[in-house]
Amino acid sequence: MFGDYSLGDLGSIFVMQGFAGLILFSVYVLMALGLAIIFGQMGVINMAHGEFMILGAYVTWMTSNFFQSYLPSLFSGYFFLAMILAFFASGALGMLVEWVLIRHLYKRPLDTLLATWGLSLMLQQAYRSVFGAREVGVELPQWMLGSLRVTDSIEVPINGIFVMGLTVLITISVAYVLYMSRWGRQVRAVVQNRIMAGAVGINTEKVDRYTFGLGCGIAGVAGSAFTMIGSTGPTSGQLYIVDTFLVVVFGGAASLLGTIASAFSISQTQSTLEFFMSGSMAKVLTLLAVVGILMLRPQGLFALKVRK
Amino acid sequence: MSDEANKGPLSPLRRKLLMGMAAVPAITMLPRASFAQAPATSAVNTTGLAVTDTEVTVGILHSATGTMAISETGSIQAEKLAIEQINAAGGVLGRKIKFIQEDGASDWPTFAEKAKKLLVNDKVAAIMGCWTSASRKAVLPVVEQYNGMLYYPTFYEGLEQSKNVIYTGQEATQQILAGLNWIAKEKGAKSFFFIGSDYIWPRTSNKIARKHVENVLKGKVVGEEYYALGSTQFNSVINKIKLTKPDVIFTDVVGGSNVAFYKQLKAAGIDLSKQPLLTISVTEDEIDGIGGENIAGAYACMKYFQSLDNPNNKAFVSAFKKMWGEKTVIGDVTQAAYLGPWLWKLTVEKAGSFDVDKIAAASPGVEFKGAPEGYVRIHENHHLWSKTRVGRAKLDGQFELIYETADLVEPDPFPKGYQ
Repeated sequence: MFGDYSLGDLGSIFVMQGFAGLILFSVYVLMALGLAIIFGQMGVINMAHGEFMILGAYVTWMTSNFFQSYLPSLFSGYFFLAMILAFFASGALGMLVEWVLIRHLYKRPLDTLLATWGLSLMLQQAYRSVFGAREVGVELPQWMLGSLRVTDSIEVPINGIFVMGLTVLITISVAYVLYMSRWGRQVRAVVQNRIMAGAVGINTEKVDRYTFGLGCGIAGVAGSAFTMIGSTGPTSGQLYIVDTFLVVVFGGAASLLGTIASAFSISQTQSTLEFFMSGSMAKVLTLLAVVGILMLRPQGLFALKVRK
Repeated sequence: MSDEANKGPLSPLRRKLLMGMAAVPAITMLPRASFAQAPATSAVNTTGLAVTDTEVTVGILHSATGTMAISETGSIQAEKLAIEQINAAGGVLGRKIKFIQEDGASDWPTFAEKAKKLLVNDKVAAIMGCWTSASRKAVLPVVEQYNGMLYYPTFYEGLEQSKNVIYTGQEATQQILAGLNWIAKEKGAKSFFFIGSDYIWPRTSNKIARKHVENVLKGKVVGEEYYALGSTQFNSVINKIKLTKPDVIFTDVVGGSNVAFYKQLKAAGIDLSKQPLLTISVTEDEIDGIGGENIAGAYACMKYFQSLDNPNNKAFVSAFKKMWGEKTVIGDVTQAAYLGPWLWKLTVEKAGSFDVDKIAAASPGVEFKGAPEGYVRIHENHHLWSKTRVGRAKLDGQFELIYETADLVEPDPFPKGYQ
């Protein structure tokens, strides 16, 4: 298939394809992080993860509209504020949901699957009623559009670089919070042994609520960032949910490193395969490989030893 | 364009009047049969449909919830507008149209169930409904079994024909061939890259397009790619496009994927004003989500654009906006959905009866001169004769009409040499 192309052409394409893989990797990490925290640390299967992301996207859309109408001079920077707002909006909703719904179901983990699925349907309909059934277009500031010309034939999408940077930033922050801070120690203690953690004076309910809120908040930031590359509509969250679970389960729940390794291997496999065959076929082969590996290693790539 | 709509330039006063009559467009161009004395119910309804001396009931069956609500909302709005206008103009055979709306909820078995409910319980005289091919395929056996009449608005892959269905959108050859001919001639295009969502409509459409490119235009298809419905990552295929440097990118990506595809195309530095792209799946509705700045310069090939400059369309657009809000946009399918109630009304009046068998038999040859897209006529095969148009997307999310076929294009749901 490469016979007709010059070496220079091929070289540039491979560089750009490498970037495509890295961008896909960042997207996967970003969308899976929130879920990995909730699923990994709390064992809650949050089917409404996609809807929390879309809440972030809608917040971004509203912020963009607000800036366009009232502060057009600051429009080029609105995206940063939008991401912060998205984090707090989704995080607050997450904490509310944890308080109303999830905390009653900790002893019945499979029921959380049904409950959060129902929640996702309710949120979808709520978005439809509030924002309308049609997709909304989020207008981006000019500097975030287009691509960076590295050489004559190599171009890298700016939004891809933005997502990559954001992913690195958020991953480092999450790692810091979970592994360095006092609160992170409490979270890990609760994961390892809830009763003992309670006995030594950790308010496990509060830890749960903030963990859930953090996971949802990160989902909101991801949704906000994905307005650059995807659609914003009441059901857009569904587009991400399957890939998200795939990454988290493959990586091994409860492991941040696992999520990253899994996102990396899935994205690289997929983008390499996509280049040599059609998109659907690449997806099928990727999924087959994941299924095969999970059969050999049901706990995922990395798994913590946890006392149950 | 109809002869009547095209009687030279209108006087400014008449044009103003026409545009002002937002609520009742097209009346001036329609026969006044509807104001005649209403015939007896027993004469016009021999099969027990829901027809009384003053009312006739039809069904509207679309997804108002679920993932397809994005697309089907426009169709529901257009059908309600058409029904309101028909009622304002005196109804059908002296009877007002009442509608029962059912929600297919983006779920194909639900569509079949609701169609059955409309036909068996409500005895509706006709159903305006369905959007995806999957929902139509689910409803088809039901309307055939219970002998209903379905007006289906979406452009689709063809390979279907039923006594019980009128297809008011274009079938694939009608939509695609003229567009490919135009771009081959206008841009000297020889190499094409196809990219679509992975289901029956894009696959069938691309098969037809490939045959046409290879056999008729003597060009070459340098790539043909399909992505699962809902895919949001297109960077790899965009790199392939960069590598193969096709003269034209030909796309039939649908739904949320569409938004992702155009955003990433733009981000990858592909300038659609220099790289011709022909889409058969992006209407004004989709651009709302994609954003005009991401798709400006792309060509779309279909039968209707909101920006069409004719009196019918101006009246239609202003009536639509008056009913559904200034910000709503009207895409190809929305317009086709608007044709459904009107074509049904005209057919009922031609047949002088609400009986489904008589309507099915009377349909071929029915013409609608008030159509926003211009003149349409029902073909023997229950599809519409219509013009095919190419528009170029502008920054504001509207299309600028670039080309239209001189004559109506014949619908050909089972194209020879393209299967």
